Amino acid sequence: MKITPHVLRATLLASTIGLALAAHAAVLKTDAAKSSVSATFKQMNVPIEDKFKKFTAVIDYDAAKPDASKATVEIDTASLDLGDPEYSKEVAKKEWFNSAQFPKATFVSTSIKAAGAGKLTVTGNLTIKGKTTPVTFPLTVTTSGGKQVFDGALPIKRLTYNIGEGQWKATDMVADDVLIKFHVVAGQ
Amino acid sequence: MNRHTRRWHGIGGTTTIIREHRMQRYTRTAMALHWVMALLIVSAFVMGLVMTNIPGFSPAKLRYFSWHKWLGVTVFALAVLRVLWRTFHTPPPHPAQLPAWQNLAASAVHWLLYVLIFAVPISGYLYTLSAGVPVVYLGVWPMPVFMEPNPELKPLLRAVHYWLDMTMAALVAAHAAAALKHHLIDRDDVLKRMVPFLK
Repeated sequence: MKITPHVLRATLLASTIGLALAAHAAVLKTDAAKSSVSATFKQMNVPIEDKFKKFTAVIDYDAAKPDASKATVEIDTASLDLGDPEYSKEVAKKEWFNSAQFPKATFVSTSIKAAGAGKLTVTGNLTIKGKTTPVTFPLTVTTSGGKQVFDGALPIKRLTYNIGEGQWKATDMVADDVLIKFHVVAGQ
Repeated sequence: MNRHTRRWHGIGGTTTIIREHRMQRYTRTAMALHWVMALLIVSAFVMGLVMTNIPGFSPAKLRYFSWHKWLGVTVFALAVLRVLWRTFHTPPPHPAQLPAWQNLAASAVHWLLYVLIFAVPISGYLYTLSAGVPVVYLGVWPMPVFMEPNPELKPLLRAVHYWLDMTMAALVAAHAAAALKHHLIDRDDVLKRMVPFLK
């Protein structure tokens, strides 16, 4: 075969991809604009869903080898948007996330297992406000527009992590149950 | 004051014209609806002023917001009943000797108040839906959510709700002042028609 610039370029590209795949399964690029992380809670029985404006999700996923997947999510606790700047600035306070001392909430996976078509069972450590607990939750994976879409919901109890101290400890105002939902769109 | 002219057919074919003073009152149901709504509306208004003046947020503030919304839903439901009742029960007429402008003013204020007992709760309801906080009546019954949270529309709905409230407060003040003026200065039946125990 005659080596033309065209063939050379193709070979180089193929080997680069090969190298990248060898180094790690496939770290996907998160599309921040299409991804979201939210917290749903009940306030006097009223369901309210608020989004975290700043977070990063690093997902290392290969559909061919789902069990080799890894995921890390970092959320800026002060970025929870309650829909009103006056309220939103409250969440960074000591009683809630204490963002000055604990700016980030993190999730680091310890094991990801395939659980049927397009489904994964994710286990890992969730750290909020300095408290770490092991959590397991189901995650679905779909493909949309050439990108992988990960959807999951993780129910937690806010008081486990001391979120809402003092006068907010009572659960008749803000319920203990909080559902963390995430929707991560990522591609090569 | 309603003076009714009645013919009295006496014995022996004599006819006497008697001018008697007979007061026409609102129905008991209309009075009950009027006063219950007055109490709820004043409570909701005062609570609205108090809660929006609490800085940041506290459990008390959130509780007042919920109560305020429950009051609003109740006022709306009673407003529906009230208009239905009003449709089938004509209220007593205005005093006959009332100047034309007062007749007109009284009717205008009444009609505006009828509009506002709907418009104020509806604007508040839309405002809270736009903020993504639906209403769960008495903390038990979820009320319909027919609008997605809408941050663009939220400031507008807030302003609409606020100015409708202020308009209503001004009209309620005028309405109450007029009723008191009729009772204390004109000494007519206008207030008595709406108060069960005033003779």
